[in-house]
Parts: sequence; structure tokens; C-alpha cells
Amino acid sequence: MKAAQRFYLREVVSGLMLTGHHFFANMGKHLAHALGWRDARGAVTIQYPEERRPLSPRLRSLHRLVRREDGSPRCVACMMCETVCPARCIYIVADEHPNPDIEKMPARFDIDLGKCVFCGFCVEACPEDAIRMDTGILEFSSYSRLGMIYTKEMLLALEPAGPDGVPRSPVPIPADRTV
Amino acid sequence: MTALADFGIAFGRVVFIMMFILNLGGLLTWVERKQSAIMQDRIGANRAAIRIPFTQIRLRLLGLFHPLADAIKMLTKEDFLPARADRFLFQLAPFVSVFFGLVAFASIPFGDTLRVGGRVIPLQAVTLNVGVLYVFAMLSLGVYGVMMAGWSSANNYALLGGQRAAALMISAEIAIGASIMGVVMWYGSLSLQDIVRAQGDLLFGWIPKWGIVTQPLAFILFLTAGIAATKRIPFDMPEGESEIIGYFVEYSGMKFGMFAMADFLETVVIAGLTTSLFLGGWQVPYLYETGLRVPWGGTLGLPHLLVVLLQVGAFSLKVVVMIFVMMLIRWTLPRFRYDQAMRLGWLGLFPLSILNIVLTGAVLLAWGTRP
Repeated sequence: MKAAQRFYLREVVSGLMLTGHHFFANMGKHLAHALGWRDARGAVTIQYPEERRPLSPRLRSLHRLVRREDGSPRCVACMMCETVCPARCIYIVADEHPNPDIEKMPARFDIDLGKCVFCGFCVEACPEDAIRMDTGILEFSSYSRLGMIYTKEMLLALEPAGPDGVPRSPVPIPADRTV
Repeated sequence: MTALADFGIAFGRVVFIMMFILNLGGLLTWVERKQSAIMQDRIGANRAAIRIPFTQIRLRLLGLFHPLADAIKMLTKEDFLPARADRFLFQLAPFVSVFFGLVAFASIPFGDTLRVGGRVIPLQAVTLNVGVLYVFAMLSLGVYGVMMAGWSSANNYALLGGQRAAALMISAEIAIGASIMGVVMWYGSLSLQDIVRAQGDLLFGWIPKWGIVTQPLAFILFLTAGIAATKRIPFDMPEGESEIIGYFVEYSGMKFGMFAMADFLETVVIAGLTTSLFLGGWQVPYLYETGLRVPWGGTLGLPHLLVVLLQVGAFSLKVVVMIFVMMLIRWTLPRFRYDQAMRLGWLGLFPLSILNIVLTGAVLLAWGTRP
């Protein structure tokens, strides 16, 4: 350690200059912002519920089930996603599809988001491109475990996010959710 | 009737000081949050809001309601009493801390004299001719609350925290007392009001003879030791709010809040003391009782009331600036280790304070008379 550093005072002053510079520079920007210059930003904070940072289009968000043109799910209940899921959070019950050309469809397709790890394996495993994670919805927390289970109907109703990553469907609320 | 008026005036002085220091101390929680946030490119706490009744307008006022929310939270939290704690001392300790923080400000003058209706009112809660010693005595007694808290909690970590506080306070107080001696020698008085009055003189005809000019070394030593006396970062090893455990582990609710408040009050007291001793107290440069008199010509007569208001305003401004500087230091420097703080206190500040006394004495002797 150099003698000047042992003396400490010079280092204190240089540290105070640095933080003081930040303070006054940011204070000036805050003041300019308050006086109407909207481009001046004194902080890097994004004030979350009002402001949101843009999401990447590749972000894995809440799942949705892709619909056919008649509105029925594209899913053929092949159980690929249920098998590949490392968290075992998908529960499928298969049923006959009314159209004889299509072999099966899910009677139930539940995802327990309390267990889901958002790995995206279900999307990759799907041979029919029937499940996607592109809704842009991130806020689906619940006070109860039942409130985290999303059913086929809820997942079918979801739309993909817009090109800017903003969700286009409202956050679905499970009927079991207590709060 | 005059007795009643005298009582009213004395009461008013005390109330003014109480309001000054309590409001400033309460506001410091807001200052601390906001200033640290701005220094760190953040925005800071701004969510506490009051909704105007019957409207949807939510007043946030830059987070000024956060101290209020803090107080409500503290008051409604469980007031926990450890089973094996000394009940009496445990409950007394935070009050001792806050009390001595509050009364320490009493002898710090916030203005010269106010003349109203034939009366001469000293603008100071208590006119003491040993004001400097009084403030030190009160600041030193404040540590008893901390030690009491550490001892009575029946918790070894709290006891160690109280012991660290005692060690820190002793090493800081000695440096404070020794560094102040230079100022006392220079201005020849222990009364804070006399010291502040003497700082109104001019050096070489144009530099205000503030303590920071005549005693620059003492200023640095006093500020360092004063920050140590407030037990805040970089000398916060008695409490170590972020990781090491301090003397108030066992406290909760408003008693915990009172310890935090005592720190803020001590910050205000140290800022006020620094202002009085080194920054000319209520002195405005070139402002005298009759008005402005600039050394390179030009005078401006001002009414008495305006002069007094300017003085009180100058004192408040200086205190606020000092608090800003102390906050800046608090949010810039990392914490001293225990042995580092001891070494700084005993091997750095104390010998330098003695050196300052010797130097001051030599200068005074060489000058023949007090300049």
C-alpha cells in the first residue's frame, strides 16, 4: 500500500468526488425532467407496474394451445409434452375427435404452473406445433396452489403476444384461485 | 406578567429547537433514501401515497410519506421483550439514547439576539458559558443507552455490539474533545455563542474568520470523529445493520426505531456543532447587526428582523449542507473494521489533535495576542 493510500484522506476525497458527481449530475437530469425535458433521465430505474421493459420475442412466457380453424385444439393428445416435461406439470386426458380424419384430441389439458420450470421442452417436443410459449404473459401468481392450475379452455383462449412483446390477451384467472 | 412573558419566551426557544431537530431528524430518513438513490442512479422510495378522500388522486410527494409510513409501521409492530432480558434497563435504553441526542442541541445558537419590545432574546435554547462541554457531555452520555441496550438484552451478540459501541465512542470522544481544543484556544471561549460571534471577524480584512479557515486540521479531525460518534457508516461497527449483529438485535417496533432515530438526531447535532465551530454558525459573511458591509466598499442597511431571519436561515442552510456532506460520506465509504477504527482513533486522530493543539499554541504565542 502506498503512503498516499495509507493516509486515506486523498482516497476519501476522490471517492466523494465520484459519488458527488453522480449526485449532482443525476439531480440536474431529474430537475430537467421535472421542468419538461422528457429525454433527461436521472435514473436507470424502470418503474415496473407502470413501465415495462420490452420483452424478447424468444422469451418463454405463459403457454397457450394453438387452435385449428374450427376452434378445436391442434393438439392430438400424443402425450409427447407430458412425457418430456421434467417437472411433470402437464396432465392430459385423451378423447376422440369428432372429425374422423383426426385421430385424437385432449379432453383435459392442465398445466400446473406452480410446478412448471419454463424449460420450453414441451414446445420443442410437440409434433403438431400445438403448444407455444409466446403469450408474453408473466404475471400469473396466486395465493393458492389450485390457482396455479391452468386448464385447456384457458390455454386455448390465449393469443400470441404482439411484435413488441406486449401481451394481447388478458391474464387468465383460474376459477379455483382464492385471491 | 413579565414572568409569564419570560416563561413564554424560554418555552418558545426550547420548542423551536425541539421542532428543528425532531423534524430534521425525521426528514433524514427521507433524505437518506433519496440521496443514496440519486447517488446510485436510482429513484428511491416513492410508493407511499395518501389518497385524497373522494377522489382517485394519490399524493406521493417524492416519497415524503415514507417516514410517516415508517412511523406507523414501527408503532404497530409487536414490541418484543426477551424472556431473560433486564426488563427495566431494556425498556429504558432507547429512551436514554434519544433523550441525550435531543438535549445535546440545546446550547447550539441558531441566531444572534432578537430585540423585541425592549427585550433582548438570545436565540439559543440555553445560554451556557460552557456550551461546548455541555454538548460533549450529552453526546458522551448518549452511549450509555447503547451500552445499556447491549447489556440488558441478555444476548451475547448484543453485548459485543454494545462493547464495540463503547470502545468506538471512547476513541471518538477523545479525538473530538482534543480536536476542539484548538478552536477553543483560538477563540478564547467555551461558550458556543461567543465562538460563533468571534467568527464574524475578518481575516486580512476580507476572509471571514470561520473555524474552517483558522483551524482546517481540527475541522477534518472533528468531522471524522464526529461521524464516528454518530455510529453511522463508515463507523457503524456497533450496529452493522447489513451483516454483523449490533447492540439492538433484540429490539423491535418503535424501540428499534428510536435507536435509528437517535443516530439521525446525533447526525443533526454533529452537523450543528460543526456549523457552530467551523462554519461560522449563524454568521452570514459581511452581514452585521445593522446590515451588509462589504470590505471593498458598499454598505446596505437592513432592518433588525430581516438580519435575524437571515442569520437563522444561514444557520439552517449550513446545517443542511453539513448533513448532506455526512450523508455523502455515509453512502461513499465502506465500513472500517474494528481494529482499523481503533487504530484511526488512537493512532491517527488523537495524536493529530494533540499536534493541532501544539501548533495552535505556537501560533498564538508567536502572534503575541489572539489574532
